[in-house]
Amino acid sequence: MKILVCISSVPDTTAKINFTPDNKEFVAAGVTFILNPYDEVALSKAVDLAAQHNGTVTVINVGDATTEPVIRKALAIGANDAVRVNAVARDSFFVAKQISDYVSKNPFDLILCGRESSDHNGSSVPVMLAELLGMPCVLFAKSLTIDGTTATLDSEIEGGKEVLSVSLPFVAGGSEGMAEWKIPNMRGIMSARTKPLTVVEAVEVAQKTRLVSFDKPATRSAVKMIAVDDAGKLFEMIREEKKII
Amino acid sequence: MSVLVYIENADGKFRKSAFEIISYAAAIAQQINKPLVALSIGKVGADELAKAGQYGAAKVLNADADQLSKSNPQAYASVIAAAAKAENAEVVVMSASYNGKSVAPRVAVKLDASLGENVISLPDTSSSFIVKKGAYSGKAYAMVELLAPVKVLSMMPNSFKVVPNAVTAAVSSFQPAIDSKDFAVTVKETVRASGTISLPEAELVVSAGRGMKGPENWGMIEELANLLGAATACSKPVSDAGWRPHSEHVGQTGIAISPNLYLAVGISGAIQHLAGVSSSKVIVVVNKDPEAPFFKAADYGIVGDAFEVVPKLIEAAKAFKASQN
Ligand SMILES: Cc1cc2nc3c(=O)[nH]c(=O)nc-3n(C[C@H](O)[C@H](O)[C@H](O)COP(=O)(O)OP(=O)(O)OC[C@H]3O[C@@H](n4cnc5c(N)ncnc54)[C@H](O)[C@@H]3O)c2cc1C
Ligand SMILES: Cc1cc2nc3c(=O)[nH]c(=O)nc-3n(C[C@H](O)[C@H](O)[C@H](O)COP(=O)(O)OP(=O)(O)OC[C@H]3O[C@@H](n4cnc5c(N)ncnc54)[C@H](O)[C@@H]3O)c2cc1C
Repeated sequence: MKILVCISSVPDTTAKINFTPDNKEFVAAGVTFILNPYDEVALSKAVDLAAQHNGTVTVINVGDATTEPVIRKALAIGANDAVRVNAVARDSFFVAKQISDYVSKNPFDLILCGRESSDHNGSSVPVMLAELLGMPCVLFAKSLTIDGTTATLDSEIEGGKEVLSVSLPFVAGGSEGMAEWKIPNMRGIMSARTKPLTVVEAVEVAQKTRLVSFDKPATRSAVKMIAVDDAGKLFEMIREEKKII
Repeated sequence: MSVLVYIENADGKFRKSAFEIISYAAAIAQQINKPLVALSIGKVGADELAKAGQYGAAKVLNADADQLSKSNPQAYASVIAAAAKAENAEVVVMSASYNGKSVAPRVAVKLDASLGENVISLPDTSSSFIVKKGAYSGKAYAMVELLAPVKVLSMMPNSFKVVPNAVTAAVSSFQPAIDSKDFAVTVKETVRASGTISLPEAELVVSAGRGMKGPENWGMIEELANLLGAATACSKPVSDAGWRPHSEHVGQTGIAISPNLYLAVGISGAIQHLAGVSSSKVIVVVNKDPEAPFFKAADYGIVGDAFEVVPKLIEAAKAFKASQN
């Protein structure tokens, strides 16, 4: 079984987010980049599945050379090889187009993504990719088992879950709980240095979006402290002062 | 040209989010001076469909073919794209619900459109078409210009007010060709906690963390939520430990919510937790540690033991409820 995992390189979850004074660009200096947490879950699942089904795991990233440490991390976790499409990830359609182009030339039995990236939070790449490839997509997959060519997945829905059955190939977005996170061991880290990382050039894609500017949420006014003995007045206070209940 | 809004139903009924999304689409339609068309997919009764008119949809397409009675993102995307073409839609709007997120990107690809996902306010259409959406997991907003002639928007639940705007809804049957290839996924079972309020849509949320010590203490959290008509949520370690279901986990790796009121009990306020809740309109924090970081992100704070404070809040909620009736 050939498994592809789409990975993105995102600011560390604890990173302070800053923009240039004109608010047009994210300031990457001083920020640590990590493998998107959901992608890490998806990759861990892929490594388990490959072990069970005598398969291989390829990771693909659309990014410039600065994402290579994150690609090496993925190789250390257990991917067999990696592909980097050499272009700045312009928007979700651009990313999906690059990956679909690669997959149409190099078919896979299963494509795993994260349910969303923690930078632009679009949840769009997996669905667009599936649409471009004419495949089904389970975006919010909480579990995944494969038997022969049929997969069973738990998918999150409003207030519950659905148990789904689908034939390979398809695209799934991994959520928390899909797999235990794998911590790379020393052997993994050593071997990651020599595993193949192929760089391919990007295909042309018509531009669909343009980032105009960033903005930070308005800071809240100072917190109003209420004594425990006055806790009973909380809801009246909110009604009077905030008019939201 | 028109604005098309896809309204989701749950077991044949429209939820509040459906009226919210019609109100939002109606405002866009007015802004760009185009008629509004609503699309319902699945089996919805005539009385329910007519309700779309109360929020400004004068035309309602009813795609009620038998094959569409169960939610299926692939097939629904095909129906929405067909309706967008039939109505010559310039803007296609839907909710960024779980279902909407699985549908909108497909619709955008089918229509060769620009996608604005998780938008939180009306677009700026003064000279181009610019949407505002959350970025960096709640730590920032991005303003993005949508360049293609057709725009597909998914809107974060709870970011627009339901605006009554009564017109008479003319309902017509919509029966596009259905492609069997869209039915590759089989739903074997649907498990839904009945009677609970959907967390992403909830206006009020009561949430609790590790400070509750164990799952046996959630009774008072649920009681408070019930009295307020609120949904319940939790921090990640709480769902990781199996004290609460994963579907309640909010934050960077859980779901992001923006209720009117977020009341957090025994949650420290780690940055990854804040990522999912910081766009709540009012935040109340109950924590026994005055140094808990969450107080810095709160509107109201109570320093105290949850086991003393929550019972007081329960009494207060009872009195509040009584005063409203
Ligand atoms: C300089 C710069 C400018 C940018 N400008 C814009 C802009 O104008 N508009 C805009 O919308 N975004 C912009 N982005 C964000 C960037 O394009 C996003 O990474 C991309 O849009 C995908 O984000 P998403 O939130 O849609 O991903 P999601 O759809 O949330 O990601 C889901 C999954 O898709 C996969 N995936 C996501 N990104 C990649 C990737 N790069 N390679 C491989 N797999 C991936 C992962 O599995 C991920 O878990 C910019 C980024 C940079 C660095
Ligand atoms: C990649 C990554 C992603 C993450 N994603 C998420 C996420 O999506 N959501 C999330 O929530 N976390 C997430 N986390 C975890 C996060 O960093 C915190 O560890 C977590 O939010 C802490 O949960 P907590 O506040 O319930 O517990 P704690 O941090 O242990 O806090 C418990 C709080 O309860 C208070 N308390 C104790 N007893 C009482 C009492 N009797 N009465 C009142 N207060 C009391 C304490 O003072 C303390 O402030 C993530 C972490 C990482 C590394």
